[in-house]
Amino acid sequence: MLKDITLGQYFPGDTLIHRLDPRTKLIWLVGYITALFLATNVWGYVLMLAVLVLEAALGHIRPKTLLSGLKPLIFIVIFTAVINLFYGSGEALWEWWIFRITADGIRRAVFMASRIMLLICGSFLLTYTTSPLQLTDGLERLLGPLKKLRVPVSELAMMMSIALRFIPTLIEETDKIMSAQKARGASFDTGKLTERARALVPLLIPLFVSAFRRADELATAMECRCYHTGGARTRMKQLVFARRDVVALLVLAVLVAVAIVLRHVGV
Amino acid sequence: MSVPILQLDNVSYTYEEARRPALDGVSLTLQAGDFVAVLGHNGSGKSTLAKCLNAILRPTAGRVLVDGMDTADPSRLLDIRRTVGMVFQNPDNQIVASVVEDDVAFAPENLGVEPREIRVRVDEALRQVGMYEFRLHAPHLLSGGQKQRIAIAGVLAMRPRCIVLDEPTAMLDPVGRREVLSAVRQLRRSSGMTVVLITHHMEECIYADRLIVMSEGRIAMDGSPRAVFSQVEALRALGLTAPETVSLLHSLRAEGWDLPLDALRVEDCAEAIAAYLRRPRGTDTDLE
Ligand SMILES: Nc1ncnc2c1ncn2[C@@H]1O[C@H](COP(=O)(O)OP(=O)(O)OP(=O)(O)O)[C@@H](O)[C@H]1O
Ligand SMILES: [Mg+2]
Repeated sequence: MLKDITLGQYFPGDTLIHRLDPRTKLIWLVGYITALFLATNVWGYVLMLAVLVLEAALGHIRPKTLLSGLKPLIFIVIFTAVINLFYGSGEALWEWWIFRITADGIRRAVFMASRIMLLICGSFLLTYTTSPLQLTDGLERLLGPLKKLRVPVSELAMMMSIALRFIPTLIEETDKIMSAQKARGASFDTGKLTERARALVPLLIPLFVSAFRRADELATAMECRCYHTGGARTRMKQLVFARRDVVALLVLAVLVAVAIVLRHVGV
Repeated sequence: MSVPILQLDNVSYTYEEARRPALDGVSLTLQAGDFVAVLGHNGSGKSTLAKCLNAILRPTAGRVLVDGMDTADPSRLLDIRRTVGMVFQNPDNQIVASVVEDDVAFAPENLGVEPREIRVRVDEALRQVGMYEFRLHAPHLLSGGQKQRIAIAGVLAMRPRCIVLDEPTAMLDPVGRREVLSAVRQLRRSSGMTVVLITHHMEECIYADRLIVMSEGRIAMDGSPRAVFSQVEALRALGLTAPETVSLLHSLRAEGWDLPLDALRVEDCAEAIAAYLRRPRGTDTDLE
């Protein structure tokens, strides 16, 4: 069951999307999210969905992969949709006690759910097509100017890349502990919610203990390999900003412009 | 005479809040190119010793010189760590990147090596441990032995003069153990690197030139593996058992067979027993 989690996973490839500079892709994500929040009507959402589908196709990411990334977060989507459902104004279609559903509420719920799903898929598309190292390198370079304000950008980027590196290891470990507890009669997917929550305690404690031990050993191993803060690190793989990156950013500018225009078109 | 690669003068180390020192007056000199194995039961101070060799721990008394540099001198820290590379038990906790070649590049990147030079070093290090074909793989999908070889390559990319391995095979299956050990021996043959191999497995010591046995934070025995292992009783007193070959020879000797105790490898041991069985008649009577 945990094997389904694709958070932070990278699917190596050699497509146009893979070859784009990570900085371009990060800026693209920010631009995409901006455009997404500018969308106020059906046309806006259709455009954003079309862009997402195009990106996925160019990056050879199958729709199934993209949707499976959504699975663990579906609860958040449903929750937001339901909340929005009851917050519409106008004539009630259905009413009971303090709950009131209006046409406006339904519209809001659908839009909100679409917005969150597009946002999640868009972010996943970035991690699916960018290796963690490139991602953190790109982030470090983009946030580089903050170093002047004494923000430890390099250290934060290192933390992020290590977190991404350890996700699969920790998932594997969780699976192992779960099997061990199941062998002793524990059950994680039956019973009432409170029972299930209680069953998690003997899972989380060994997981935390082992994570701390790992962190300690990793820190020592990194020191042994001359990791130190403050020094100038070099990179084996240099980031190169190519012509395709310029084109991609121009396309992004057009997308944001179109999103602004669509705001003022009806529906 | 050249400067020893490692020199320990009366080194002691006591962990904070510990009653007993983990290292207690250890003196030791290693010349460049030595292959030293370190044995000892749990808690005898082997890992503490290893961590003193590249300034992860600074001795609470005495001093450690790495190629003439004192590990207590913070200004030489990076030079010391790049001279003495260290590999630990759990390969998962040493790998920092999500792609093999990025991980191997980590140390030279930290040292500020030129990008093109890093590429050269990474490829060379991966070839040295026979993992070049796996350079674009994700480490978490490799076997334990392969991961540990990646960890070794990650250290080799610093171009160290000495490599210290703290129980590198403890978490591996027999196949992984063999892979890692043969990589280490290959390394020594091809580049004459100084190797310090800390281990629990007696069989892994027999290829070393020198064997050090630790007990209670002190050096209890120090000599060639043959010399150390033939002292079966002394080893037993330290909570260690000699390799199976030596144990066999020892029991046979107790039965009155006149066998040497220093045939460590299985082939040598078989040879010795065969030679005894083929001995010319009459030698027994001489003994009686
Ligand atoms: N971080 C620590 N804090 C306090 N005491 C420690 C610490 N690490 C080790 N010790 C103690 O120091 C002594 C030597 O430990 P060390 O880890 O060097 O032994 P070892 O020979 O490597 O054992 P093992 O075979 O289990 O790896 C032990 O008594 C141990 O309990
Ligand atoms: Mg140890």
